Amino acid sequence: MQKNPVICRKLSKTFQQGEVKIPALVDVDLEIPKGDFVCLSGPSGSGKTTLLNLISGLDNPTSGEIELDGQRIDQMNQSSLAEIRLYKIGFVFQSYNLIPVLTAQENVEFVMQLQGIDSKVRAKKARHILKEVGLEGLEKRRPGDLSGGQQQRVAIARAIVSKPSLILADEPTANLDSHTAESLMELLQSMNSEHGITLLFSTHDQLVMSYSKRLIKLHDGRIASDEKL
Amino acid sequence: MILRLAWRNLWRHSRRSWLTIGAIAFATLLLIFMITLQLGSYDMMINNNLQLFTGHFQVQAPGYLKKPQMRNTLAQPQQLAAQIRAINGVEDIGIRAKGFALIASEQRTYGAEVVGVETANETKLSTIPSLIKTGRFLSDDNAQELIIGEVLARNLKVTVGDELTLLGSGHDGSIAAAVLPIVGIFKSGEPGLDRNLIEMPLKSFQEIFSMHDKAHIIVGIVENLDNLETILTQIRSTLLTDKQVVLDWDTLVPGLMQLIEADFINSWFLYICLVLIVTFSILNTFLMAVLERTREFGVMLALGAKPFLIAKLVILESLLLTLLGLAIGMIIGISIVLYFYIHGFSYPGMEELGAEFGITGKVTPELSLLAISLGPLVILAFTMLASIYPALRIRLLKPVDAMKSV
Repeated sequence: MQKNPVICRKLSKTFQQGEVKIPALVDVDLEIPKGDFVCLSGPSGSGKTTLLNLISGLDNPTSGEIELDGQRIDQMNQSSLAEIRLYKIGFVFQSYNLIPVLTAQENVEFVMQLQGIDSKVRAKKARHILKEVGLEGLEKRRPGDLSGGQQQRVAIARAIVSKPSLILADEPTANLDSHTAESLMELLQSMNSEHGITLLFSTHDQLVMSYSKRLIKLHDGRIASDEKL
Repeated sequence: MILRLAWRNLWRHSRRSWLTIGAIAFATLLLIFMITLQLGSYDMMINNNLQLFTGHFQVQAPGYLKKPQMRNTLAQPQQLAAQIRAINGVEDIGIRAKGFALIASEQRTYGAEVVGVETANETKLSTIPSLIKTGRFLSDDNAQELIIGEVLARNLKVTVGDELTLLGSGHDGSIAAAVLPIVGIFKSGEPGLDRNLIEMPLKSFQEIFSMHDKAHIIVGIVENLDNLETILTQIRSTLLTDKQVVLDWDTLVPGLMQLIEADFINSWFLYICLVLIVTFSILNTFLMAVLERTREFGVMLALGAKPFLIAKLVILESLLLTLLGLAIGMIIGISIVLYFYIHGFSYPGMEELGAEFGITGKVTPELSLLAISLGPLVILAFTMLASIYPALRIRLLKPVDAMKSV
C-alpha cells in the first residue's frame, strides 16, 4: 500500500520568548495522502508557517511525531533532514528566494547539482521544466531581470524539477497580482493532476483556496476545521 | 557550479571586492618589494663587508683573534695555503702578516695597523686594491712601497709620492723600521680601515718585521657562501694541527650577523603588523558578505544544501578574492623588483649605511623563489585564516532563523 506522504501525530511546537512560552501548534493530528492538494488557512499567528516548517524538517517539534514517506523525521539530525529536504520536498516561498547571481536555468539546476546529477542531464531537465512552466527563452535571465510572476515560476520549476513527493508553499501568491496568481495556480493544479505531486500550501488568498482539494483551517495552533472541497 | 556561484558572488558588490583586492595586491607588492630588497641588502652587506678585507674565512694561530701578537704566527703558511687552495669550492687564498707601527710623516705621527699582503692574491680577496682613489695598488711582493687609507693620509698630511717612516716591533723583538714611499691612497668607505690601515707587499713586511717566511693570517673566499661550513669542516679535519684554527666570517665580524638578525626580526614585526591590518580589513569584508546573505544561505539550507557546502562556497569566494589580489600584487611587485634588479635601488641615507658597512653601490633585490613567494604565502595563510571564521558561523545557521533574516 502507498504510504501517505505526510503524517503528523500529536504535533506541538512551543516557542520561548524570554520567560514566556508561546504555543504555536498544539496536538495537531494530520494525514495528507499522495496527490492531495491541501490549503492551510487561518489568521496570522495561527501556526500555518510553523506547521510547514515542521513538516519540511526546517524546525524541530517540541513534542509529537512527523512521518514523511513512512520515515520519522522528528528525531533526525540536521544532516539527515537536509537529505530529506533535498530528495523529498520542493519549496516555493512567498518572496521567491531565488539565488540572485544564478540564471533561471542555473537556479533550477541548483537542486539537481546538490543531488549530484550529471551536468548535461541537469541542463536538459531544467530547460524542459522551464518550458513547462512557460519560461522558454528566458533560461539565461537572472532573477533581477524577471518579473515577480516569472520568478515564482522559476521557483516552482526549481521545486518540481527533481520530482519530490511533496511541495510546500508558504503564501506563494502573496506578492503577485491576481492575474499572475491565477495563471500560477493553474500551473500548480496541472502539476498536481498530471504528475500526482502532493501540494501543501499556506495562504490567506481565496483564489489559492479555490484551486485546492482540501482546506484546513488553523486557529491558535489547533486544527479548527478540515474539509474536502 | 559552486565555482561559478563563488565567482559571481564576488562581483555582487564589485566596488567592495575591488577595494579588498586592491588592499591584498598592495600588501603583496609591498611585501615582495620589501623582502627581496631586505634579503638583497643583507647579501650585499655581507659580501661588501667581507670582500672589503675580512674574507669568508681565516686561518690563524689559536688566540690570535683575541690577542693579535706579533709572535703568534703560522709556521709555513705557503704550504698550508696551497693545500687549502686545492680544496673544492675554495675560490681564492692569500697570506697576510700584520703588525702595529708608529707612522710618521714630515708633519705628524700616528699609530696604524700595517698589513703585509700577497699583491697578486690580494686583488682577488679584497676590494681595497680596486678602491684606490689616488695612485696605484702595490706592484709586486718585493716592492718597497705602501698604500694608505684616505683618512690616515689626510691626518698625516701626505699624498702619493711622499715617504712615511714606520717604527714598530719585529717578530724577534728587534726594532722594525723602514722609510717607504706612498704609491696609492684608498677609500673603502669603512672608517676603521680608512683611518687605520696601511698595506705593503708581504715579502717587504716579512723583511722589515724580521718574520722570515712566517705570517699571521691565511684569508680565503669560497665560491658559494652556503657551502662554507662544509669546507671549513674539511679544512679543520684534514689540514689543521693544534697550532692553527680556522674561523668563519661570523666569528671574525660578530656584529654583522647580530645586526642582520636584529634587523630581520624588526622587519618581520612590521611585516606581520602590515599583514594583520590587511587581514582584519579582509575579515570585515568576508564577514559582511556572509551576514548580508544569511537569508540566501537559509534558502540554500532549506533546499537541502549542507552547511559544509555553503562554508566551502564562502571559503572559495575568499580564496578567489585573495588569489586575484595576490596575482595583481605579484605581477606589479615582481615587475618593480625586476626593474630594481636591473637598475639597482638606492635608499635615502645609503651613504651613511655605506660608510658603516662598506656598501658603496646600490642594493640589488634578491630575485629568489623564496624572497618572492614568502610575502604572498604569508598573506594567503592569514586571509585563509580570516575566511575560516565566517565559514564557521555558517555551521551555526538554522534554516528557519536564517530565512527570517533580511
